[in-house]
Amino acid sequence: MSRAPSLPPAARAVLDHDRRSLARLISQVENRDRRVEPVLRALYPHTGHARVIGIAGPLGVGKSSLVNALLRHLRGMGQKVGVIAIDPSSPFSGGSVLGDRIRIDREAGDDGVFFRSMASRGYAGGIASATREVARLLDAYGMDLVLVETVGSGQVDVEIRRVASTSVVVLVPHLGDEVQSLKAGLFEIADVFCVNKSDLPGADGAARYLADMASLSPEEGGRWRPPVVTTSAIGPQGIPELWEAVLSHERFLDSDGRRADGERDRVRAEIGDLVRERFDRRLEATLAEDPKLRALVDEVLRRRIDPHAAADRVFTEIARRA
Amino acid sequence: MPRGSPKAPPIRVLIAKPGLDGHDRGAKVVARALRDAGMEVIYAGLRQTPEAIVESAIEEDVDLIGLSILSGAHMVLFPRVLKLLKQREAADVPVFAGGIIPDEDAKRLRRAGVKAIFGPGASLTEIVETARSIARHRA
Repeated sequence: MSRAPSLPPAARAVLDHDRRSLARLISQVENRDRRVEPVLRALYPHTGHARVIGIAGPLGVGKSSLVNALLRHLRGMGQKVGVIAIDPSSPFSGGSVLGDRIRIDREAGDDGVFFRSMASRGYAGGIASATREVARLLDAYGMDLVLVETVGSGQVDVEIRRVASTSVVVLVPHLGDEVQSLKAGLFEIADVFCVNKSDLPGADGAARYLADMASLSPEEGGRWRPPVVTTSAIGPQGIPELWEAVLSHERFLDSDGRRADGERDRVRAEIGDLVRERFDRRLEATLAEDPKLRALVDEVLRRRIDPHAAADRVFTEIARRA
Repeated sequence: MPRGSPKAPPIRVLIAKPGLDGHDRGAKVVARALRDAGMEVIYAGLRQTPEAIVESAIEEDVDLIGLSILSGAHMVLFPRVLKLLKQREAADVPVFAGGIIPDEDAKRLRRAGVKAIFGPGASLTEIVETARSIARHRA
């Protein structure tokens, strides 16, 4: 018997290129709907083909326009491309305006592109895990590449490394001295630097500066030195060069087993995330339901035991139930 | 509502301007109001074809589509969106509209399936409440 009949219908639909099913599953992943789990599990053997490329950088440097330019370039080469564009959620209302689509112009009815906007949703449960699963769904759907455009600030942008095999960090000339302040976070995650808006004065200077900074990292031990590319996403200019730089990093990964090492690290991190997620759920359930816990809280309040001792008891209880 | 989730997922709304008019201030104000009401607003922006709007609605798996129009082409463009939604088996995604739409046209559009229509005098509270009540409910 073929394995096809045992697939959940939603998983079968993704493999059969049903866009609406794919879109619904992405929502379920975002909503942390546990019904999606068997579908993701069934699809896992059908993944591993797509390369995930991160596009990170501060707000307003032109990431969306760059994604649009890359999309056109890649479609021109016949590559099928999924895009995940992440924008921030309001910490106040939980709402968001996801505006990355307005930069995208594409052929009507082109089945080789799937563009999805995602709200960061306060990073609850980790944007990385949702992004990883959505990228995998796009992979199962048959995409060759998945471009992940990050939210445009801090922590999440660093997390892109946990999902993407190559991360492009996009900057613009005017950042000037501020580039220094990026060193600790963004600077470290770059596999490729892209100085966008190259039509602005100072682009060459910024590119030189970045190349100088990159050259400071030691080259021994076969370490990767991020190339610097200047682009104008609107022009467009420098887009083939940018893509070539991405591919050169991908080729670097393919040498000396580096890709396998990176994937091993990512899988280990993912298993850790999933265990933590399960543990968190169990903890929430225990904290919400357990009548013994109420008594425990009272004991802490009366200073009979301290919070650490209470935590020990809760931990033991959860471990026992697991 | 999914288990393991502390609250219902946010409503996802697509806001788009079909056709050729270039004034999207109203659409932006509505987008902002929906955001402040806790919704995820996918802002598709100006000069969208009905085909692109429906494609966006499907890819983004929205619960609601809001169309804004000032050009007068609503009697052509809105029915086209509704028809394409039906063709793509997405007629369960409700559509509401805003803009300069004469009463006579509004009546016909409602009959054709547009769930709510707002003119220039509509309050944001009214729009947000209507959006919330007509949005598709997820299984």
